[in-house]
Amino acid sequence: MTLRNYLRNIFQGLRSLWTGMRRTGYYFVHHKEIITQQYPDEPPRLAERFRGEVVMPHNESNEHRCTGCTACELACPNGTIKIITKYEVTPEGKKKKALDQFIYHLELCTLCNLCIVACPTDAIKMSQAFEHSVLDRRELIKILNKPGSRLMDGVE
Amino acid sequence: MLQEITSTDTGCLTINVGPQHPSTHGVLHLVITLSGETILRVDPHLGYIHRSIEKMCESLSYRQFIYVTSRMDYLSSHINNHGCALCVEQALQIEVPPRAQVIRVLMDELTRMASHVLWWGAMAMDVGAITPFFHAFRERELINEIMEETCGARLTMNYMVPGGVMFDLHPNFQKRVKDFIPFFKSKLDEYDELLTHNIIFKQRTQHIGVLSREDAISYGVTGPTARASGWACDVRKRVPYECYDRLRFEEVVEQAGDCYARYLVRMGEMRQSLSLVEQLIDNIPQGDFQAKTKAVLKLPKGEFYSRVETARGEFGVYIVSEGGTTPYRIKFRSPGFSNLSALDHMARGHKIGDLVAIMGSLDLVIPDIDR
Repeated sequence: MTLRNYLRNIFQGLRSLWTGMRRTGYYFVHHKEIITQQYPDEPPRLAERFRGEVVMPHNESNEHRCTGCTACELACPNGTIKIITKYEVTPEGKKKKALDQFIYHLELCTLCNLCIVACPTDAIKMSQAFEHSVLDRRELIKILNKPGSRLMDGVE
Repeated sequence: MLQEITSTDTGCLTINVGPQHPSTHGVLHLVITLSGETILRVDPHLGYIHRSIEKMCESLSYRQFIYVTSRMDYLSSHINNHGCALCVEQALQIEVPPRAQVIRVLMDELTRMASHVLWWGAMAMDVGAITPFFHAFRERELINEIMEETCGARLTMNYMVPGGVMFDLHPNFQKRVKDFIPFFKSKLDEYDELLTHNIIFKQRTQHIGVLSREDAISYGVTGPTARASGWACDVRKRVPYECYDRLRFEEVVEQAGDCYARYLVRMGEMRQSLSLVEQLIDNIPQGDFQAKTKAVLKLPKGEFYSRVETARGEFGVYIVSEGGTTPYRIKFRSPGFSNLSALDHMARGHKIGDLVAIMGSLDLVIPDIDR
């Protein structure tokens, strides 16, 4: 290597360092663009399709859309959902299968959305719940249908 | 083997790197035999994060097993899911609607960019530069937000299903991606300023961990690692799937085979992915996002294989079906495992500090290796 090449390498090396440092310096003086979310102080910005946990929406008269068909239970890869059904007697005197308890194990759920896609009556959906930590593991086992709730009219 | 070397060669020193070492990017355990500071031998010890995903998949149905593959190579989870969905579609001969194909390719390329950009930051961090890491995560966050808006999750999306994609694109998707493309282009130039031409980075990576073309082929190395050794092995070009055969993009190939060549290949791939997204974002066809499939998928009896190009290399899904609703056997060919096997060959004769650069340039994701 000639002396000229040697010096040129040193010069080019220094210039490459200077280019990088100039970029760093640019961000040092242009620090207006704050991209950190101050999470506990301000609520997180969640997308509208964000998958937080499975919930069962009820209307004002405490009615849900779940028929207890167990399509979601079969679609779930982790055994997160357990549906207990009961027999209700209709006014005509017939026995009809209805939902008793929709047990949802949040601690097993991977939020893969397969149950929501499988549901034929849109009875369940994903909520925007974000903070799931609890002190006792048993609190993560949830019963999604509210006490005293019944099937909405017209949902088969 | 390890015992022999340590007992006969008294001048050697055997040390452990990992499983809790920041430069191994996870729980990889390397037993390194050193002579002074020179590496004589590297023995990767695997299994710290083995979850027996292949066995788990045998008890899951063909719709359910896809979500588990997000947990393998979590940085290119879309592409893993894509490979599984392709295999099921190939077995059932499902025609994927054109809209779904384009959405899948868009998502794949966005994932590839997110993965490479994270690798860029982590690689720089491995060789001692802290700033690039923050830059990389700033850009990756934007891709993650796009993903979150459409798929509902940021890392393990489970968006690809047999027959198409799970939901349609979010109305904001096109606008956000269009905003992202020029932004990311300018950032790529910034990355070049910060790191590509940096003399310290060049000297840490050039002529380090050289892998020849022949060795790359014999070790089964794929992806950017193999392309840096001059082996053109991009599945998207060689065996095009979805609509890749109708798209214009170049296969980035370098000849040097060292860490710097692997770096250049990935930087080039980010630009190629960006151009792919640019070509597709205005040409999303209308129509269904999912083909009509039966509620319960039953694969015909036989063996099925499909492969896709993840951010790390070739990902293969091999399904043996006995005609039931669950697979008889599933085998995943993960790129990280084969790439890791070449680590011993690359690292021999180099200093221990170079091992970190070599591992960084391999872009290892440990759950992908262990499965």
